[in-house]
Amino acid sequence: MNFERIKEKLNILADAAKYDVSCSSSGSKRANKDKGLGDSSGMGICHTYTEDGRCVSLLKILLTNHCIFDCAYCVTRKSNDIKRAAFKVQEVVDLTINFYRRNYIEGLFLSSGIFKNADYTMERLVAVAKKLRLEENFNGYIHLKSIPGASDELMREAGLYADRLSVNIEIPSVKGLKLLAPDKNRADFIKPMEKVKNEIIQYKAEKKIIKNTPIYAPAGQSTQMIIGATNETDAEIMYTSASFYKNFNLKRVYYSGYVPISYDSRLPSIGTEVPMMRENRLYQTDWLLRFYGFDIRELLNKDTPNLDMDIDPKLSWALRNLNLFPIDINKADKHMLARIPGLGMKSVNKIINARRFRKLNWEHLKAIGAAVNRAKYFMTCDSRVYETRDLTAAQIKGLILSNSSSKYRKTLNNQLNLFDTVKPLSV
Amino acid sequence: MSDILVYDGSFDGFLTVVFEVFESKLQQPKIEPAYRASATFFSETREIQTDFIKSKRVWDGIIKKGNSNIKRIIYKSFLSEKVGVENILLDYICKFFADNTAVFGNFTDPSVLKLSKIVKSVEREKHRMDAFIRFKLTKDNIYFATIEPDFNVLPLISKHFEDRYADQQWIIYDLKRNKGLYYNLNIVENITLELKPEALKTKGTDVLFTQEELAYEELWKNYFKSTNIESRKNMVLHVKHMPKRYWKYLSEKQL
Ligand code: SF4
Repeated sequence: MNFERIKEKLNILADAAKYDVSCSSSGSKRANKDKGLGDSSGMGICHTYTEDGRCVSLLKILLTNHCIFDCAYCVTRKSNDIKRAAFKVQEVVDLTINFYRRNYIEGLFLSSGIFKNADYTMERLVAVAKKLRLEENFNGYIHLKSIPGASDELMREAGLYADRLSVNIEIPSVKGLKLLAPDKNRADFIKPMEKVKNEIIQYKAEKKIIKNTPIYAPAGQSTQMIIGATNETDAEIMYTSASFYKNFNLKRVYYSGYVPISYDSRLPSIGTEVPMMRENRLYQTDWLLRFYGFDIRELLNKDTPNLDMDIDPKLSWALRNLNLFPIDINKADKHMLARIPGLGMKSVNKIINARRFRKLNWEHLKAIGAAVNRAKYFMTCDSRVYETRDLTAAQIKGLILSNSSSKYRKTLNNQLNLFDTVKPLSV
Repeated sequence: MSDILVYDGSFDGFLTVVFEVFESKLQQPKIEPAYRASATFFSETREIQTDFIKSKRVWDGIIKKGNSNIKRIIYKSFLSEKVGVENILLDYICKFFADNTAVFGNFTDPSVLKLSKIVKSVEREKHRMDAFIRFKLTKDNIYFATIEPDFNVLPLISKHFEDRYADQQWIIYDLKRNKGLYYNLNIVENITLELKPEALKTKGTDVLFTQEELAYEELWKNYFKSTNIESRKNMVLHVKHMPKRYWKYLSEKQL
């Protein structure tokens, strides 16, 4: 192996791949086979964290950053004047295996610029996965990018070797896509996604009848949207997201704050802040939809087209629906407990467990780890001391935010400290 | 005057103590491992010999009456080696035997709450080891890693690495406790190394590791740098996920 040459390629092709935020390695059920290498039956593991605080779980690289397309938001776009490189199939296999053996990574996340055409590119990605599985008996995690427009046959094959497949729709609305990537269309993204979805459904059905049906993309599909490159509202973004969850049974939708990389006048100029707080709020909303039993229409709608930046979406929702509170935590069902600001799912489950033994009071709640400072405006418990003032939504918000130890202010401050211009925050 | 019961520091030793406490109906004895035992003027120290029959009886009793979660709580919090954990455990086990439904999930009980926190930190340390261990390939073809975990998590990580690295020989060595695991392609053995573990820490001019090893480490460091997005830099978050005391394991954090 020519380490110097590989190093150069790795720098270029890891750098180009980093804007894809997904690094998950969980959700697969691939166990070690015949004393081979690797196992991805457990939870995903973050082996390290970058200085931007993101989990590094996979070797995330492009096979090549040559590309025939010119999507304005992408560093790899044809018209961009950058160094180009391409890995050979065997080089990616060797890197993956050697990193894996040293416990650096959980597996490989392989994406690519599009060279020649979609199928030609997809074929090479599949070749890497196939080699890892069949020649190296590698049972680590493999995430392949589905290349928009790739044929059904290739997508079928890809799922036989990969744990996860993803195609990034990148721009949340069709009009935005037209503006920034005129030679691409939504239908090309949908096609491989549709195929993979159908294969997964079919696999699950067959599996019930024939035990040794070869597994197909056990960790499912995901996608990513870039936030802040085009001017969609949070509602537009999250409704798109909700429909993708529903129509394609996606495991995850990722939101990636746009990192300015171009002087193109259609895009935010270089130096514009990465909208990280907005990204964070979108993730919280996504979370509320998937784990807390919220419906998207409760969180975002005509009256509320955008999320609050200074408070989280659950608190915003509660403040808009004060008539539903306070909730008696010794009686309320799980569904309602999960809606109390300050109570995460972990606290909710602990409350349900613990209240079988006795009625819970403030001390118990603190011991359990609930954020009583926030929750107290929305709940009652086995105590005579509780919030009796008839506070308005604005007052409660003010009280929560002015609490100096408030997590909100801290995160918001950290958030702003990220950028060299520290702005004073008035709330 | 209260008793201090001293045991050999092993899990079986501790369970033997529990047996003795029940057997002789001792009231609130203090339990201490031999490596930490402190003789005081006002109390009587008794050494308890580990007895595998007694310890097995206690353990079987727990299994019979409890569920896998109780087992997990008792074993893992024991491995924390925290000062005084034995007495919290004793209290917990007494309550458990009195009424096995009284402890599970009962976070209003101080011992239950304390143990659940301890277990959480032991499990966190275990996961950190799963994540932060970095193997280096030695010239005799063994993937080698050293650790210094806060708690005695070696027994907990064994299976994870065995499942994962089934086709390579590896050693994970706990420098703090001077013991390790060696997987010889068949089974995992417990080992103690004769050579000074300190010798293994040196890098660069290593005689132990292959030239290729250093090249891979270099590639990994490069990857770590390239995958970072400078305009999103957030060291607070970075350090929160990877506390500085773990950096010594991580080749990517060495300059
Ligand atoms: S096709 Fe993909 S790699 Fe090529 S410019 Fe568009 S987004 Fe970038």
